[in-house]
Amino acid sequence: MGELKLMKGNEALAEAAIRYGADAYFGYPITPQSEVIEYLSEQNPYERTGMVVLQAESELAAINMVYGAGASGKRVMTSSSSPGVCLKQEGLAYIAGAEIPCVFADVVRGGPGLGTIQPSQADYFQNTKGGGNGDYRNLVLAPASVQEMCDFVALGFDLAFKYRMAACILSDGAIGQMMEKVVLPDQKPRMTDEEIKAKYPWAINGRKNGTQHRIITSLDLDSAKMEEHNIHLQKKYKEIEENEVRYEMINCDDAEYVFVAYGSSARIAQKSVQLGREAGLKVGLLRPITLWPYPTKAIDALIKKGVKGFLSVELSCGQMIEDVRLACNGRVKAEHFGRVGGIIHTPEEVLEAMKKQIIGE
Amino acid sequence: MTVQDIIKPENLVYQKSKLLTNKPFHYCPGCGHGTVHRIIAEVLEELGVGDKTIGVSPVGCAVMAYDYFDVDFAEAAHGRAPAVATGIKRVWPDKVVFSYQGDGDLAAIGTCETIHTCNRGENITMIFVNNGIYGMTGGQMAPTTLEGMKTATTPYGRKATLPAGAGFDGIPNNGYPLHITELIARLPGTKYVTRQAVYDPAHVRNAKKAIKKAFENQINGKSGVNFVEIVSNCNSNWKMEPVAANKWLVENMLPEYPLGDIKVDGKLVEK
Amino acid sequence: MASFKGAISVDTERCKGCGVCVVNCPMGVISLAKEVNGKGYNYAYMAEPDKCIGCASCGIVCPDGVISVYKAKL
Repeated sequence: MGELKLMKGNEALAEAAIRYGADAYFGYPITPQSEVIEYLSEQNPYERTGMVVLQAESELAAINMVYGAGASGKRVMTSSSSPGVCLKQEGLAYIAGAEIPCVFADVVRGGPGLGTIQPSQADYFQNTKGGGNGDYRNLVLAPASVQEMCDFVALGFDLAFKYRMAACILSDGAIGQMMEKVVLPDQKPRMTDEEIKAKYPWAINGRKNGTQHRIITSLDLDSAKMEEHNIHLQKKYKEIEENEVRYEMINCDDAEYVFVAYGSSARIAQKSVQLGREAGLKVGLLRPITLWPYPTKAIDALIKKGVKGFLSVELSCGQMIEDVRLACNGRVKAEHFGRVGGIIHTPEEVLEAMKKQIIGE
Repeated sequence: MTVQDIIKPENLVYQKSKLLTNKPFHYCPGCGHGTVHRIIAEVLEELGVGDKTIGVSPVGCAVMAYDYFDVDFAEAAHGRAPAVATGIKRVWPDKVVFSYQGDGDLAAIGTCETIHTCNRGENITMIFVNNGIYGMTGGQMAPTTLEGMKTATTPYGRKATLPAGAGFDGIPNNGYPLHITELIARLPGTKYVTRQAVYDPAHVRNAKKAIKKAFENQINGKSGVNFVEIVSNCNSNWKMEPVAANKWLVENMLPEYPLGDIKVDGKLVEK
Repeated sequence: MASFKGAISVDTERCKGCGVCVVNCPMGVISLAKEVNGKGYNYAYMAEPDKCIGCASCGIVCPDGVISVYKAKL
């Protein structure tokens, strides 16, 4: 069962796409995630499973290839890094409006603009609050290990098809570039065309004789119908908020103060928890795995259990802190600590920030 | 023999294709889009590929083409139809995939996707309706707008460079009519490239033959874009009556965009 | 002479009265009606039915596909 390997996060993501039976990957090179398309090109997935891999002329083209292939019922993926994900936002808004399932990874680098190629978590807003136009959401999964880079491909596809929407794997340069052991799944077969036609009747892949033609569009000029469509989307998002929140709690049972951190920040904050416990501080870690839907209720439960303050630890100038504060709703202290520009915080300075900003003297 | 005697099912020689839905076109009276839709549907019906065809509509007047063709359809973002078509064709290589775009969509905002889809030699059919103006947004300059032609954003006529006077003459202004079809014909990835028109019955017949070839090539081939430009009208934004617009098209558009095959079976046609 | 006789039926409610069929009929059969349809368009009709040869030029050139053409042997 499975195969143990030492791999980069980006390579694990790519290998997982092949093994979980993805039908296509469309991408465009950008540091620090170019290994994804390089690995896929080197692996000849077309020969291994029949999976299509294509280097597009731009991120714009890549996301629109995803739009087309996803609209036809196939399991399609793309990946990029921050400035490239900006270019994909147009396509992602259309994908949300037209309800097309797909998986995309953002291996985040520092910004704004061309920024830097070092790790960052400053794309939290871009991916959890939407970057395109209109009222829509993307599922956002935040891996904190190479193993999760692999596992979240499967989870992403499952959720994307369950809800007919885009699932984002929000990684960062550190998780994408680091090498770790990973247990790869056994090869799963790609769905056959017949299976796809039977399972996804909405998909456009040639109408059946005598049946109504299918249309994939995000347009409706009839205001009443467009309002109805938006209400339908919001109902779906509400259902996801109820059912798909994922998170991990470490040392939170008796915690008085809690770090909130995802991805590579969570790895560091976990060490800060250890250091704090050694120093006699009752600290814990809440690691959101889904950034949308956000574990708001988990924070609420911690407050009801007596947690007195939260420190949002991010490789950004303070983005997730807004969701932490919304969850706290003013009841307890919630502050942000972050390093940016490609600098990764140390466990010591994170603990120090908790002492200074939350616990007090 | 009365008219009633003649109008009987057994005497039928021409009617709208069954691959068109019953929804009336939203296009303006006399608009070439409808004619192009009609002949595409006729070709798909004659080739018997309605069940395996997937169309991709643009942003522009033809955005809702999906309402009229009784085949599966995706609506693409502005200019991205060739990328969307690429995505579909790559994962369903046995299906018949075509994109349908106007001049703003294909030759302005989507130029990158157009060039690269043609250069990769995707085995798809691309239909390009060129009426030299932005229709849906209300008659602004298109990349294919003729020099001197008045549009909402060139109210004094398109000028490639600023005119003489005030010392500005020769400074770049609106640029030149873009001959995207000649451009993509030079790419090794295109198989069949042709320019047609639909303003009278003879040209509709020619255009239909070209479209048929563009689909047959896709069905029988493995690679190579089959590209059909239709020089068409926009009587509303040209501010003319339909019949006058067609006359204007012949007198003004065709000298700039001459009709005929540009590339056949992967070889440029010698003029 | 002509061994065929033609006739057309126009879906008058869908006709937009653009007149493209009128100028492309080689026999001058079609005119736009003085009356209008539900959308206010002066629709096309066979003003000179005896002249129709069933060549289908009108149907082929109609942007809205509203003309069906019939042809019978005399």
